[in-house]
Amino acid sequence: MNQLMSGNEAIARGAYEWGVSFAAAYPGTPSTEITQEFSLYDGVYAEWSPNEKIALEAAIGAALAGADAMAVMKHVGVNVAADPLFTVSYTGTNGGLVIVAADDPSMHSSQNEQDSRHYARAAKIPMLEPADSDEARRFIKAAFALSRQFDTPVFLRSTTRVSHSKSVVAPEEPNARREEREYVKDPAKYVMVPGMARGRRVVVEKRMSALREFAESFDENVMELNGSEAGIITAGMTYNYAREAFPGYSFLKLGMVHPLPEKMIREFASKVKKLYVVEELDPFIEEQVRAMGIDVTGKELFPYNNEFDPGVVERSITGKSRAFDVPDLPGLPDRPPNLCPGCPHRGLFYVLGKLGVFVTGDIGCYTLSFMKPLEGLDSCICMGASIGMAHGMSKTLGRGDAVVGVIGDSTFVHSGIASLLNLAYNRSNAVIVICDNRTTAMTGMQDHPGTGVTLQGQATKKLDFEALAHALGIDNVRVINPFDLKETRTVLKEELASDGPSLVIARGACALLKSKESQGKPPLMVDVDRCIGCKLCLDVGCPAISWRPFDSLPHGSTEGKKRKRQEGIALIDVSLCNGCGVCQQLCKTGAIIEVEANE
Amino acid sequence: MSNEKVHTILFVGVGGQGIILASDIFSEVMLRAGFDVKKSEVHGMAQRGGCVSSHVRYGEKVYSPLANKGDVDILVSFERMETLRYIDYLNAESAVVINDEEVFPPSVNLGDEPYPEDIITFVQRHFHRVKILKATDMARNAGDARMANTVMLGALSAFSGVNDSYWKDVLREALPERLASNNIEAFESGRRI
Repeated sequence: MNQLMSGNEAIARGAYEWGVSFAAAYPGTPSTEITQEFSLYDGVYAEWSPNEKIALEAAIGAALAGADAMAVMKHVGVNVAADPLFTVSYTGTNGGLVIVAADDPSMHSSQNEQDSRHYARAAKIPMLEPADSDEARRFIKAAFALSRQFDTPVFLRSTTRVSHSKSVVAPEEPNARREEREYVKDPAKYVMVPGMARGRRVVVEKRMSALREFAESFDENVMELNGSEAGIITAGMTYNYAREAFPGYSFLKLGMVHPLPEKMIREFASKVKKLYVVEELDPFIEEQVRAMGIDVTGKELFPYNNEFDPGVVERSITGKSRAFDVPDLPGLPDRPPNLCPGCPHRGLFYVLGKLGVFVTGDIGCYTLSFMKPLEGLDSCICMGASIGMAHGMSKTLGRGDAVVGVIGDSTFVHSGIASLLNLAYNRSNAVIVICDNRTTAMTGMQDHPGTGVTLQGQATKKLDFEALAHALGIDNVRVINPFDLKETRTVLKEELASDGPSLVIARGACALLKSKESQGKPPLMVDVDRCIGCKLCLDVGCPAISWRPFDSLPHGSTEGKKRKRQEGIALIDVSLCNGCGVCQQLCKTGAIIEVEANE
Repeated sequence: MSNEKVHTILFVGVGGQGIILASDIFSEVMLRAGFDVKKSEVHGMAQRGGCVSSHVRYGEKVYSPLANKGDVDILVSFERMETLRYIDYLNAESAVVINDEEVFPPSVNLGDEPYPEDIITFVQRHFHRVKILKATDMARNAGDARMANTVMLGALSAFSGVNDSYWKDVLREALPERLASNNIEAFESGRRI
């Protein structure tokens, strides 16, 4: 029966239908749900690996042992996995190996907007790109077929809009599990020392040549001729936008974006008077079409940045927009994302913001702490950068009290461990804080080695951060409760003053974590009689706390005499507050009280 | 509604209001009614509190899951001020369903900016098909304030011309059984607006 599925659900479905038995991934928006969904099918193995490099290496091993295996990651995860990626292209894969890379045009949840297609070209690996969920289901199967046929890793590229849109899917029954290819020792193929790699280098070029030939007859490269006025070469989600904006144009829709089918492109170009390439991000297809000597219009009209929609494609070609123009529209306040009420990061970053140090930050919910009013984080580059940067800054500034590096628990496991070792080895003076909220929060509560539970729900060996730090050579290791402002401030000041590298573990469960310790704490409220309207509690930027001028409150809700001393009061939304108590520690008049105490 | 045109519904509001679930339910109803359906959300990186919008498009054949500006047939806004953020997606003939409740953004909470006034009057001046309701109050009356999104679906259903049975089947399946009858009541209350 036809079903609505997200692109990510459909990729998982397709992998199951094909008979994929092994998947490894590190969570990352917009790719996370692929591995989560896949892990729920019968008879499969799926894991959260500590990072994407390890996930890919695990998948390479599984393929080498004969399985059909996939490694799943977001676009920046491919950077982490790039080292094995470029060389597994030389060795080939034995079983099927597919790398799913999910790009994020518009950077909805990413630090950059890189275009993964360049990796396909640079590493000489074929890449398929689906346009909707049912294609996602079919293309992952086509990718595995290709991998087995050509003994090559294959990329499946998604984008946020493919991964997170829902469309109609027609699921099929799963294949009978494919026979696993027996592993044969073959040093000339698998031991990439220079002498062997030189031989495989030639194999790679031969394979690319065969793949270029294959692309000409690949079923999912489709020509759709609707007249000779204008034609559009496109791929993936962008096809839908262009097809909708210009139903009368002809289309060459590429299901395989690397390598390109040159003969097919030449044939298509010869059938239309005006040729466009419509693609999000970089002019990847366009530049190759130009290099074929074909006259084409592309990035001189279409944007390099941000995801498209039908309006962007239409406006780029016609110069006209159909957006409804309401001239007297009032200006609107923004709604920036914010840390949740009860978030353990709030107390920590409130203190960091007041310490006057440079805080090198990392990737996670806590990155939001750079904003007002916390202003407790000063840099964000990539997973793990906080520790490496804190080391470099601290060495350069020559002081131990100037730099704090802050990293989440999952991010620390991903790429912070070796950097922490570097602090010990090269005797840095920086203070590192692990915000240990017991989960991978930002991508939606995934487990990791520090939680002691696997993706498929099994209890496992739990990483001990304190023991690890000691083993790496960090002598000053402290554990704090980030909901306790005084303790947090005292310990951070002590460690900034101490010699040598320090690790502070700020341990407090994510407010959204089902097993969180703070559950059951009564919400807080403001005692109107005691509130002097000083606004100190607003400094923690909690969504549950607001400040109301008396004029905006219902008449008679406050006493008349109070109006003479102050302009308004703080209010706490009881339905949002989860009683974490951070604001209570700031109130000098004891006006923030438990709801139950008042009743 | 005819099958040939592609219809576009835009659900908007603030994270945590049940917008994604409402648009999922609507999409499932349209799938069962025999349409091709595509749906896509746009939201920021926070778990809650940020702007959320969900595009649902249905018809005989749908290509883009995202609407073109100017093409939205019905805007379903779960928060008063958010209605205005998406005006450029509408046209003079668009229908607008508004939950007449506010969720203050941080700058308003901090007292730095006022919450915009006279939003309903503004919308009524520009559009002639406008439905205003207090969905949370109505949901509370039906048994649980969290069913505000079902009330909004009820109000939307009056425009959609799809057989009631599809709605009720999907609503029953989407929620735990103990809430089913309350949920249908919430839906009906929205539909009567």
